[in-house]
Amino acid sequence: MKTTTKQKIAFSTLFVCTVIVVLPVLFVLAMILKNGAGAVNWEFLSSMPKDNMKAGGIYPAIIGTIYLVSLSTLFSLPIGLFAAIYLNEYAKENMLTRLIRLAIVNLSGVSSVVYGLFGLALFVTFLKFGVSILSGALTLAIMNLPVIITASVEALASVPYSFREVSLSLGASKRQTVRHSVLPFAVPGILTGAILSLARAAGETAPILFTVAAFYLPNLPHSIFDQAMALPYHLYIISTQIPGIPQEMRYGTALVLVGIVFSMNIFAVIIRSKFRKKKKW
Amino acid sequence: MVSPNKIVIKELNIWFGKIRALKNLNIAIFKNEILGVIGPANSGKTSFLRQLNRLNDLEANYQATGEVLLDGKDIQAINPELLRKRVGMIFALPQALPISIYDNIAYGPRMYGIKDKNRLDNIVEDTLKDSFLWDEVKDRLAESATKLSGGQQQRLCISRTLAQYPEVILFDEPCSGLDPISTAKVEESMLKLKEKHTIILVTNNTKQAARVSDRTAFFLTGELVEIDATEKIFTAPSDKRTEGYISGKFG
Repeated sequence: MKTTTKQKIAFSTLFVCTVIVVLPVLFVLAMILKNGAGAVNWEFLSSMPKDNMKAGGIYPAIIGTIYLVSLSTLFSLPIGLFAAIYLNEYAKENMLTRLIRLAIVNLSGVSSVVYGLFGLALFVTFLKFGVSILSGALTLAIMNLPVIITASVEALASVPYSFREVSLSLGASKRQTVRHSVLPFAVPGILTGAILSLARAAGETAPILFTVAAFYLPNLPHSIFDQAMALPYHLYIISTQIPGIPQEMRYGTALVLVGIVFSMNIFAVIIRSKFRKKKKW
Repeated sequence: MVSPNKIVIKELNIWFGKIRALKNLNIAIFKNEILGVIGPANSGKTSFLRQLNRLNDLEANYQATGEVLLDGKDIQAINPELLRKRVGMIFALPQALPISIYDNIAYGPRMYGIKDKNRLDNIVEDTLKDSFLWDEVKDRLAESATKLSGGQQQRLCISRTLAQYPEVILFDEPCSGLDPISTAKVEESMLKLKEKHTIILVTNNTKQAARVSDRTAFFLTGELVEIDATEKIFTAPSDKRTEGYISGKFG
């Protein structure tokens, strides 16, 4: 066989594989858009569910998801970031740090329903936070920690080692060096990782299943000790638990959920590309 | 009279893991001299330099024995931040931080707590004049330092080190990435700097050592072969190996 023919076959194989990766995403998006776009309007986004959830909107579920995502970030971002700083800047390479790294990798592989059970046992029952936004947010935060730590460690490690040497050689302390010569240049990478993990938190169902999610609430939550409705769980119940929900409403809910996750991801991509343009080393 | 020795090194040995980078080094560095340090790769000259501001401390598996005395005081007993303020360093590649020219120079002073804008302005201007860079950058201090050419960046790094008012300045092959004109400018500023500072210049370029240094030390595989007045080293070295290296027979 001629080399050029071989090359053409190889290229086409690679191309086909790439298309196969992208196709399902496009297909899912197209299906959700086609079936759900008609349902999404201001009324749908801003009103309470009515008539046994067969009509009305998904406002409380959107609000619940926003509460959960913001509160979980409040816990996971600082803890994850400080852990990453410790691991990348301070920790010496020894048995303990290797164990910690191994634990982080393993944590990110644990299935989300296990996090849900863990949250139920620890926050809901043992710490007596009850089924509440607090318990749910903490559970999501723990689920997100490995992602945030990994992304932050990578972002810190990508800052050239020479920046640290320069800063130290100028008489700065270790803490000042991390604060002024490492962190500022790692922030975009850390933010990107954090936003991606938020998007994941917004979409997960299992961790909130036992810890926060309510089937239906007539009122919005008043404090972090209240239960809340959340988009993924709402989608799950209107799709499987209640018969006779109009298909448009289900796809509309899915569209809103995917829309939120998607726009967060796009936001992360924008931050990253802006940063790439500014990056000079 | 005060002792003319700025730095005295006694029986210094450095290991990185099993590799011995420096063997039984004894050397004294005079106040306000430029000491050139030459030698082939792996001769221990950079390890020697980085010992003086304790940057070696950062390496994994680093171990050292012996003493380095700065003005008669063991540097291990000096707080590393204070030591590095007194012993500044210029790296091989120009290491301007990707922040503005002004902020690069103000970096050190800000770390020691100088916040006064006028004082910082003065420091920036004075140090940029000392490295002969002021006229080229005075109108664009707020621009990113990474926009400067390599030679300008290296002179910026000199200014940045001067802003910490060091007593000793370590140059680690400062011109290895520079063109001849930039090199000449860096050398010019070194000669001016020795009026107020003690300078140690590690260089791969023996001609550079011959041009600027008062005394020259030749290192080979972690040992100091000889140290003498630069003129003597380059015209009548006492050791055959020095002669061989300088005349380009190996290295």
